[in-house]
Amino acid sequence: MNEKKGRFGDFGGQYVPETVMNAVNELDAAYEKYKNDPDFITELKRYYRDYAGRPSMLYYAEKMSSDLGGAKIYLKREDLNHTGSHKINNVLGQILLAKRMGKTRVIAETGAGQHGVATATVCALFGMECQIYMGAEDIERQSLNVYRMELLGASVISVSEGTSTLKDAINAAMRDWAENISTTFYCIGSVMGPHPYPAMVRDFQKIISEEIRAQLIEKEGRLPDCIVACVGGGSNAMGAFYDFIGDESVRLVGAEAAGLGVESGKHAATAAKGTMGIFHGMKSLFLQNEFGQIDPVYSISAGLDYPGIGPEHAMLHQKERAEYVPVTDEEAVSAFEYLSRVEGVIPAIESAHAVAAALKIAPKMGKDQIMVINLSGRGDKDVYSIARYRGKNVVNS
Amino acid sequence: MNRIEKTLGELKAKGEKALITFVTAGDPDLEITEKLVLEMFEKGSDIVEIGVPFSDPVAEGKVIQEASLRSLAHGTNLTEIFGIVENLRQKTDKPILLMMYVNTIFRFGTERFFKLCRENGVDGVIVPDLPFEERDEIRSFADDNGVIPISLVAPTSHQRIENIASDARGFLYCVSSTGVTGTRSNFSTDFDEFFDEIKKSCKVPAMVGFGISNPDQAAKMGSYCDGVIVGSAIVDIVGTLGRDSVEKVGEFVRSLKEALK
Repeated sequence: MNEKKGRFGDFGGQYVPETVMNAVNELDAAYEKYKNDPDFITELKRYYRDYAGRPSMLYYAEKMSSDLGGAKIYLKREDLNHTGSHKINNVLGQILLAKRMGKTRVIAETGAGQHGVATATVCALFGMECQIYMGAEDIERQSLNVYRMELLGASVISVSEGTSTLKDAINAAMRDWAENISTTFYCIGSVMGPHPYPAMVRDFQKIISEEIRAQLIEKEGRLPDCIVACVGGGSNAMGAFYDFIGDESVRLVGAEAAGLGVESGKHAATAAKGTMGIFHGMKSLFLQNEFGQIDPVYSISAGLDYPGIGPEHAMLHQKERAEYVPVTDEEAVSAFEYLSRVEGVIPAIESAHAVAAALKIAPKMGKDQIMVINLSGRGDKDVYSIARYRGKNVVNS
Repeated sequence: MNRIEKTLGELKAKGEKALITFVTAGDPDLEITEKLVLEMFEKGSDIVEIGVPFSDPVAEGKVIQEASLRSLAHGTNLTEIFGIVENLRQKTDKPILLMMYVNTIFRFGTERFFKLCRENGVDGVIVPDLPFEERDEIRSFADDNGVIPISLVAPTSHQRIENIASDARGFLYCVSSTGVTGTRSNFSTDFDEFFDEIKKSCKVPAMVGFGISNPDQAAKMGSYCDGVIVGSAIVDIVGTLGRDSVEKVGEFVRSLKEALK
C-alpha cells in the first residue's frame, strides 16, 4: 500500500480539479503533522470522552441472541454518542484540525443529516461558520435533522440538481470548496473523496474497533468471530473493521442498501453491482453505466443512498477480506422494528441494514461464537418515514 | 506535428492571440453541435473544445452543468461524439479537443479511448479532474497516439505552477480564478503576478479561461497571455436559442476574435 499517494491497492488517489489540489495537499500536510502530535491527540481524546461520551458501550443483546439461537450478539452503541451517531468521531477530529489550520468556515455534505448535525454541533462548539449541503429529496426525508442543524446555527443549503441526494450534495460542496478555498475547510463525512480523506476519516473512526477489541477482551477474554456494519460510503464500517483487518479469524461483513432489490435497478449496492471508476476524487467501485455516467441510486436510507464506496472498502472487497451483502428496504425496515421490540433500541434505518444482515448470519453461527453489530446511529430521525413506509400517518397536519 | 502545436505556432509567428471556444456535445443535438463547431472555426476560433457531457461535472458552473444534463437526457454518448469528430475531419483541419471527466475515459477503456482519438482526429484532451499528480493515468496512452493532454494551473496552484507549467504540452490552460466554470463580472486574481509566475517556467503558449463572457474581457485577459478560452458564454447562447443558435454563436465568436486583434 502506497500511503503517501493515498492508494489502497488499485484504489484511492487524488482525482480533483486543480483549483482544489493545493487545499488537498495542505490538508494532507496538516494531517501528517498533527496526527501524531501529543497535544492534538490529547485534545481529541478529551472531546471524545467529555463531549461525545466515549467510549461507547458494548452491550450484550441477550434477548436477541437467544431469540435467534446462534451467535452471542453484542451491539456497539455508537447511537449513544452525542448527536446520535458515529459521525461525531470524525467531525471532532477534522474540526480540531481545521482550527489548527486557521480555517474559519466549514462546509459539509450530508445524506441522512447525521454528518450534517455532527458538523453543525462541533462548529457551534468552536464558533465556526457552518454551511451544510443536502439534497432536496433528503431534506424532505430528514426534516427533523434539517431543523436540528439550523438550531445549531448552521445554514442548510438545498441541492436540487441531479438526483437531489447525497452524491449531488457532495458535488455542490466540492464546487463551494473550489470557490472559497482559502477560508474554507471541507469536512467530508465518510471514508471517501481524494486522499487524505479516506485514510484520515478512517483514522478518526478506528476508535470504534479499538474499543470493541478492548471491551470484548474484558467481557469475553477474546476477539469476536464476526463484525457487521452498514456501508454507504463506509465510515462506520471502516471504523468497526479496521483494528481487526489483520485478525483473519474475524469475519467482516458490510451491509449495503439493496433498495427494492439488487436486480430492480433501484438500489445502492455498490459492491454487488458496481464497477471500477474514478469519481469524487477517488478510484473505487461505483454504480455507473457503460459510458461512465454515474447511475441514479435508491435506498429508503438517505445515509446509504450513494453510488460508490470508499476506496479501502473496494480493496477489502477485491481481496475478499471483507464481504458485502445486500439488504433491501423491506428487510431493513423489518430489522428496524425487530430491534425496537426485542431490545428496546430503535436503530437508525442505516444501522438497521446491519441488523438485517445480522439476522441472517447470526442463526447460522454457533452459540459459542460472538458477533458484534455496529449500531452506527439512533433511529429517532427515521420514525416518521418508517411510519409512512408502513402506511401510518404519525404527524398532525 | 499535432494540429494544436501547428496552429499555435502559426499564430505566434503572426503575433496573434488565440481564441479557443467550447460547446457541450449534444446540446441541443449532435447535428447542431457539428454545425456550431464549423461556424465557430469559420468566424475565428483557432481551436475548439467539445465538451463530453458527464452526469456529475464537479468543475462546472450552472450553465455547463445544465447543458450536460440536457444532452445526457437524450442519450448522447462518447461513441456518437467520436462520430461527429470523424464527420468534422472531412470539413476542417483545425485542432479539436475533447473536454471530459476522467471517469468517461477510464470506463470506456483508456487505451481504446486514445486509439479512437487518433483514428477520428481528436488532437488533445482536457480532463479537469485529473491533476498533475495523477497524470500517469492517461499519459502513456495519449503519447502513444499523438494526443496531447492539456495541463491546467489555477491561482491556487502556487508552488505547483513551476512543475505543471514546465511539463505542459500544446498549451497551458490557466484557470482565471477559484471556483467553477461560468461567466464572471469581475476577477479577484492578481493576473500580473499569476502570469509572471507562469511565464518563468512555461515553454508553451498560455491560455486563460473560466469566466470570460464578452469581447472586452477577452481583450483584457488576452493581454496577459497568448489567448483566451470561452465556454459558458457560448453554451448559454446555445441553451437559450437551441437549434437557432448557430448564427448568434458565430457573431459572438467573431466579436471575440475582433477584440483579440
